[in-house]
Amino acid sequence: MDLTSPQTLVTILVFAPLVGAAIAGLFGRRIGDKLSMTVTTGLLFLSCAIGWWMFWLHNWGGQGDFLVQLFPFIQVGKFMSTWSVRIDTLSSVMLVVVTTVSALVHLYSWGYMSDDDSKPRFFAYLSLFTFAMLALVTANDFMQLFFGWEGVGLASYLLIGFWFKKPTANAAAIKAFIVNRVGDFGFALGIMTIFWMFGTIRFDVLFPMIASKANTTWTFAGQSFSALDLAACFLFVGAMGKSAQFFLHTWLPDAMEGPTPVSALIHAATMVTAGVYMVCLLSPLFEYAPVARDFVLVIGAVTSLFAATVGLAQNDIKRVIAYSTCSQLGYMFIAAGAGAYQAGMFHLFTHAFFKALLFLGAGSVIHAMHHEQDMRAMGGLRKYLPATYGVMVFGTIAITGLGIPDLHLGQLNGIGFAGFYSKDSILNAAFQTGQHNPIALFAYFTGLFVAGLTAYYSWRLVFMTFWGTPKWESGHAHVHDDHASSAQIESHSEPDGDQHAVDAHHKPHESPWVMLVPLLLLALGAIASGGIFAPDFVGEHQAAFWGHSIFNAPGNHALSEAGIPQWAVWAPLALSVGGLVVAAWFYILHEGLAARIAAQKGPLWTFLYNKWFFDELYDFVFVKGAKALGDLFWKVGDQKIIDGLGPNGFAWLSLQWARRQGKIQSGYVYHYAFVMLLGVVGLLTYALYYWR
Amino acid sequence: MDHILSIVTFLPLVGAAIIGLLRFFSRADDAPAIEKNAKWIALWTTLATLAVSVFLLTRFDRSVPGYQFIENYSWFAGAGYHMGVDGISILFVLLTAFLLPICIIASWNPIKQRVTEYLICFLVLETLIIGVFTSLDLFLFYIFFEGGLVPMFLIIGIWGGKNRVYAAYKFFLYTLLGSILMLGAMLYMAATAGTTSIPELTAYKWDPNTQILLFIAFTASFAVKLPMWPVHTWLPDAHVEAPTAGSVILAGILLKLGGYGFIRFDLPMFPHASQVLTPVMFALSTIAIVYTSLVAFRQTDMKKLIAYSSVAHMGFVTMGIFAGNAQGMEGAIFQMLSHGLISGALFLCVGVVYDRMHTREIAFYGGLVNRMPWYAATFMLFTMANVGLPGTSGFIGEILTMVGAYNVSTWTVLFAASGVIFSAAYALTLYRRVTFGEITNPQLATITDLDWREIVVFAPLIVGTLLLGVYPKLVFDVTHASADAVVATYQLAIGGR
Repeated sequence: MDLTSPQTLVTILVFAPLVGAAIAGLFGRRIGDKLSMTVTTGLLFLSCAIGWWMFWLHNWGGQGDFLVQLFPFIQVGKFMSTWSVRIDTLSSVMLVVVTTVSALVHLYSWGYMSDDDSKPRFFAYLSLFTFAMLALVTANDFMQLFFGWEGVGLASYLLIGFWFKKPTANAAAIKAFIVNRVGDFGFALGIMTIFWMFGTIRFDVLFPMIASKANTTWTFAGQSFSALDLAACFLFVGAMGKSAQFFLHTWLPDAMEGPTPVSALIHAATMVTAGVYMVCLLSPLFEYAPVARDFVLVIGAVTSLFAATVGLAQNDIKRVIAYSTCSQLGYMFIAAGAGAYQAGMFHLFTHAFFKALLFLGAGSVIHAMHHEQDMRAMGGLRKYLPATYGVMVFGTIAITGLGIPDLHLGQLNGIGFAGFYSKDSILNAAFQTGQHNPIALFAYFTGLFVAGLTAYYSWRLVFMTFWGTPKWESGHAHVHDDHASSAQIESHSEPDGDQHAVDAHHKPHESPWVMLVPLLLLALGAIASGGIFAPDFVGEHQAAFWGHSIFNAPGNHALSEAGIPQWAVWAPLALSVGGLVVAAWFYILHEGLAARIAAQKGPLWTFLYNKWFFDELYDFVFVKGAKALGDLFWKVGDQKIIDGLGPNGFAWLSLQWARRQGKIQSGYVYHYAFVMLLGVVGLLTYALYYWR
Repeated sequence: MDHILSIVTFLPLVGAAIIGLLRFFSRADDAPAIEKNAKWIALWTTLATLAVSVFLLTRFDRSVPGYQFIENYSWFAGAGYHMGVDGISILFVLLTAFLLPICIIASWNPIKQRVTEYLICFLVLETLIIGVFTSLDLFLFYIFFEGGLVPMFLIIGIWGGKNRVYAAYKFFLYTLLGSILMLGAMLYMAATAGTTSIPELTAYKWDPNTQILLFIAFTASFAVKLPMWPVHTWLPDAHVEAPTAGSVILAGILLKLGGYGFIRFDLPMFPHASQVLTPVMFALSTIAIVYTSLVAFRQTDMKKLIAYSSVAHMGFVTMGIFAGNAQGMEGAIFQMLSHGLISGALFLCVGVVYDRMHTREIAFYGGLVNRMPWYAATFMLFTMANVGLPGTSGFIGEILTMVGAYNVSTWTVLFAASGVIFSAAYALTLYRRVTFGEITNPQLATITDLDWREIVVFAPLIVGTLLLGVYPKLVFDVTHASADAVVATYQLAIGGR
């Protein structure tokens, strides 16, 4: 085996985190914290290095697509699945995203988790997650994809509930797993539909066959559906669960119960984007499934709007960013639904950097504030955390898509930070598709409006945290809202080793270098990843760059820039600046005004603050419903009806009979002997019959 | 080699006899020494049986669908001592031989009363269970199939919990119903076809109406054993009362006798009836999956919860079998083997804390991870396997049976797939209540983590669950030829593809 061949190296890339997880998880307590952390982080940086090298080699170094088949997984009849590592443009992009963010989060956690007493377990989970995510993105068939899919779900469950002593963390972990299972329910049905429709679950065999089933029908549960639309919709339900889209979004905000590095890695940059990745991977299917694409558009647009509106009213710094993530994922689905999978992947790519940056920056703030997460208890921190403040501003500029369009500079069209390029490419695509699809036009205007909301809540976060008067000096560090509804958990705090509240005697402190270095590197990505890669991802080289990994049907001109009117070019910038100005007006110029408005608890504020009351609704319908049904089946079905008519009824009858007949032989062995006797009698009867 | 199946079947009985003789010829005041020796004899016997069955597997020709290692002697009244294994039954022999040493080790310290009798029961039980899978004669099968219940009764009735008589009574009633019908059907078949050989009976063509009656008679027995809804209510009670190792055998192997019966008798012998009654079997399967999952969600007793979850998992088995295609059939076989490991391990997990605290009330526990990290990790692994997480063996059977059933009835799969949501709900809730949080019950403050004996018990189950989860080919290689033959015969008989 050639150790330096690309095939061997990508195999090492995928399995190195698993090795790290196994070492830290099984032997962590024996080899100690330092060694566990070194091994896992070291192996992750190795994977990261190979990832970038492979990214370069595949896309510019002349290395073609390839497939490493390791050993068979499930193979029954035509249901053939093989453990493999698939390298094409799509997966090479994901490898870079996953390994980079993961490596930096590992490093950051050295500082962030320094007070925690279960470090080996934490790092083992992080590495385990990374392995599952890599298995997901390099899958060549639906079964390995599903393995990675649920594997990242497991890691997410373990990490959300990492602080297992906290009841809220445990509840959030279970909620995340079960809501994702609802998505997986659809995903599994989609896989089965694909299998019986095409007789294969291998991507490379499946994709060339898809066009042949266009305009055919498929019967499911007694109803006739357009075949490809049905399959695509089922699969998209899986994506909705993993990517926290509307209806299945409720787990993501609660997932913030996990340590902040986890939120950055799993619940912002990588795992939650798996749904977007899947839809882009399945572009050959979605291109022939117009109804499913419209469904994607609607869900994406509604999610982006819903999450952004809820984000306006939240006070927990991590929850604001969580809703922001949810909203940005909606953008990515708008892109995919509009047929611009490239733009969706591009936003996934840039979002990974700036959202991980924002989360880790928030983590730095939380660390500095001794685990305070309520923004109302912060303020004025820019003097104490200058580096964190700086990178958070960069991240915010990136996410709000600030940039000057229509400025031609080399191959670039416009100039700005990362989010500027990717978000504008999504809005352009929605606009283009909207020329002949009203749903896409709806998504376009929703996306445009959400751009303004995004700017508002993102800057609100920065201003509440870093500007204004410091609220922590007054000694009222913990602001509690007694009027919050019972289901609303207002302010979260992570377990604190030293239990110091921040006050005048404990000034917030800037984070150590081991946390700042990842922040600076991610800031670099947030600034430059858009401009550098725009020509390849969505610009003039996109067709050559993506190759066969993304399919666009003939007639799909979503990425074209021709014919976009001037107002549409400038509108995103106007809204983004508008959001900034409004946020500044509320939180810098008239500090306290927003709090007074919130205190009045108007109906709109209450609706947004309580997240459109989804948790209450789901709790009432599903949780209470399942409990009631379970009790009904158990106490009425099993105990009253089945046992009552069956064994207990029989017992009652025989008791009546026995009372009349006198004493009955009791004891099960006698009963059983009776049956055996019957058997012997039967056999003898048969024997007599035979010898007759 | 000629008698290897007889050896693997009766070796445990020899061990039981040795323990019995040892007991008989020793003085009563030597009890502790006798018990110690008996334990070692039982352990070595079960390990030797395991070794022979592994050897059997190495000599097994995987490319041949038919029966191998055949032994055939005429016995009485046309019935024969007819033995043989195919790719389906050989793995159940192996599963039985694999679980028995684990049961013996798991009982090493917890069982304090009548130890020699207890071990004899287990060894006799092993012979009878293996006999079910190796016998190819109708009456031989019946004797093993029903005979296995006697030691199981004794295990529950003597070493069981407080309410054991009620549990045994329920068990008895259900079994009575099934047995009588099955025996009647068997007598009729033997008389009509003039043979008791299972392979010959399989080749015999029954007329469609007779098939329906015979199918119902056999199904009554297998459905109780598996168990299927609505004849499942004996199982939670039996599990709750049984000692830990008894539950392991009950959930791990005895339930599988029902599924094995469906594969060996119902589908190949009565294909017409199977096809006609598939909607009924599918309906009962999906009810089992959804209904018992919801019931499991409300349980307050750890063992009852896992018992109900077993019923739900067996729903996937019947669904897969009656899908009548390669994915369904192989998925069902895999699901049974996998469930043998996982449910056995889960009952052992309950046993670990029961041995320490003598209660199975979920509410009693909480926060165990603080004191028992290795236990928590083990329990987590098997909880996830029970939930059907990919990468564990629990996933493969579930997905394959659903894939198989999809081609026959999408409605069925729609309901069955919702079972994977419910299973996550009840299993993770159980895990959370038992292991997560702070320790609030002062009685748990000094609870100890797994000891070496328990690690030895869990290690092979962990390896098996993960190995089969990532490399299920180990099983499929053995079952492919035989399962495909069953499916092909069935499809031919019903005029399918």
